Amino acid sequence: MPTMRVIAENERFQQLIESLCDRIKAVMDADPAAGEWALVGVRSRGDVLAQRIAEKLGPDKFQGRVGTLDITLYRDDLSEIGSQAVVRTTEIDFAIDGLNVVLVDDVLMTGRSIRAALQSLMDLGRPRRVWLAVLVDRGGRELPIAPDFVAMDMTAGSSDAPQPGAKVQVMVKPTDEQDAVVVYNEHEQERA
Amino acid sequence: MAESKSEYHWPHHHLLGLEDLSAEDIRFLLTTALGFEGVSTRSVKKVPALRGKVVVNLFFEDSTRTRASFHLAASRLSADVLEMAGKGSSVSKGETLVDTARNIEAMGIDVIVCRHHHSGAAVHLARSVKCSVVNAGDGQHEHPTQGLLDMLTIAKRKERTDGFDFSGLTVAIVGDIAHSRVARSNVYGLLKLGAKVILVGPPTLVPGAFTDLGCEVSNNLEDVLPRVDVINMLRIQFERLTSQAFPSMREYTAQFGLTTKRMAKAKPDVLVMHPGPMNRGLEIESAVADGPNSAILQQVANGLSVRMAALFLVSGAPAG
Repeated sequence: MPTMRVIAENERFQQLIESLCDRIKAVMDADPAAGEWALVGVRSRGDVLAQRIAEKLGPDKFQGRVGTLDITLYRDDLSEIGSQAVVRTTEIDFAIDGLNVVLVDDVLMTGRSIRAALQSLMDLGRPRRVWLAVLVDRGGRELPIAPDFVAMDMTAGSSDAPQPGAKVQVMVKPTDEQDAVVVYNEHEQERA
Repeated sequence: MAESKSEYHWPHHHLLGLEDLSAEDIRFLLTTALGFEGVSTRSVKKVPALRGKVVVNLFFEDSTRTRASFHLAASRLSADVLEMAGKGSSVSKGETLVDTARNIEAMGIDVIVCRHHHSGAAVHLARSVKCSVVNAGDGQHEHPTQGLLDMLTIAKRKERTDGFDFSGLTVAIVGDIAHSRVARSNVYGLLKLGAKVILVGPPTLVPGAFTDLGCEVSNNLEDVLPRVDVINMLRIQFERLTSQAFPSMREYTAQFGLTTKRMAKAKPDVLVMHPGPMNRGLEIESAVADGPNSAILQQVANGLSVRMAALFLVSGAPAG
């Protein structure tokens, strides 16, 4: 049986989202000449987080430019997951050319999902700059990718770092039944 | 980290016919096709999903749209595509289908898309090679991707894409049912998704035995029109017809042609489909083919998404 430890829920979880919002807002406000901004969430939890961030920051910040990226077709492990891959739609109904795009994901680990997301984004246009916002940085990078905004640092050496091999999962409503950051201590857990 | 996983696993290494697929398989493929739609409308019409894979179009019969559609679908998934035709290849030198396929396979092929004039050719091929086989039409047997694109078109126009449940929908398939692989694939697929199917045509081309499949059979289009939600007009296949079975062109058009006048008897929102190529003025009047109820060009666009989904799924399935 895997042991499950809840790292953050309820109020603590709300604080995490708010801290992410504050960091994004600070950068946006620091450079008013940067032009227009958009939020793009990576399926299937980054999209919900992007919606939450957009709501908290208000309609003026992104003016409806909130989209969802499905990276299934860009994954580098398609040959391994094969028939399990579920292709969903990418929903970005605005031109991303020239925009400051904040890419939103739940957990950053190897960086491979973000690599796929970046390639997918580039196929949709040419953003002015892409930023990366994640709720949790789990560490364990396999590619040279670094986040710009992190709500919770769980990289090795940090106070919240889980055991090696543990799986960190973010749950968000309505995709999941609750809002939470949890750690599973099971070595055989598949990496998503 | 996106969890692009579910309980369901697509199990088919080949796509040979809709008779072999479960309702769940069909629904999964159509849902996957919806995910591919955006690729065809954006500026970079390519995703890397099948990068490094090779797809062969092996066609022993004339085809324009199906061949082009499979070629484009494979290209949009970043696969390399090899075009082969029966004519002008070693087949016309006497090589058998299986030998041709095995030779092509020896070059490192992942998927063979095959069209052949013999019913069962794709099944035969699938038993003889290790790579995936996608049936692009075999004789009078099946044309699964056409059936799937017809169902995707119905689902989109009749707002059934959420779950692809066709219960309550009545679909008429009109024409030469006996010789039609399009009809057969449609019948298998539509019944599995819960639709009611009425086969319409002259008694020689719509044998009563088709009721065994679970369809209603009718020889009178005008009787059927008021109660259908979808009319799928089949092409008169001159190349497959024998004189005994087929009435004169004029007689056929008079009884089974879809004209503006007949359309007045149908529901106002009836969906008109045709697998193409159309014989304008024979089975369908131009004003109907180009009218507001027609989904004929949408069928072509949906064909691309369906074929991308088919190539993607068979490539990812375990070899069996």
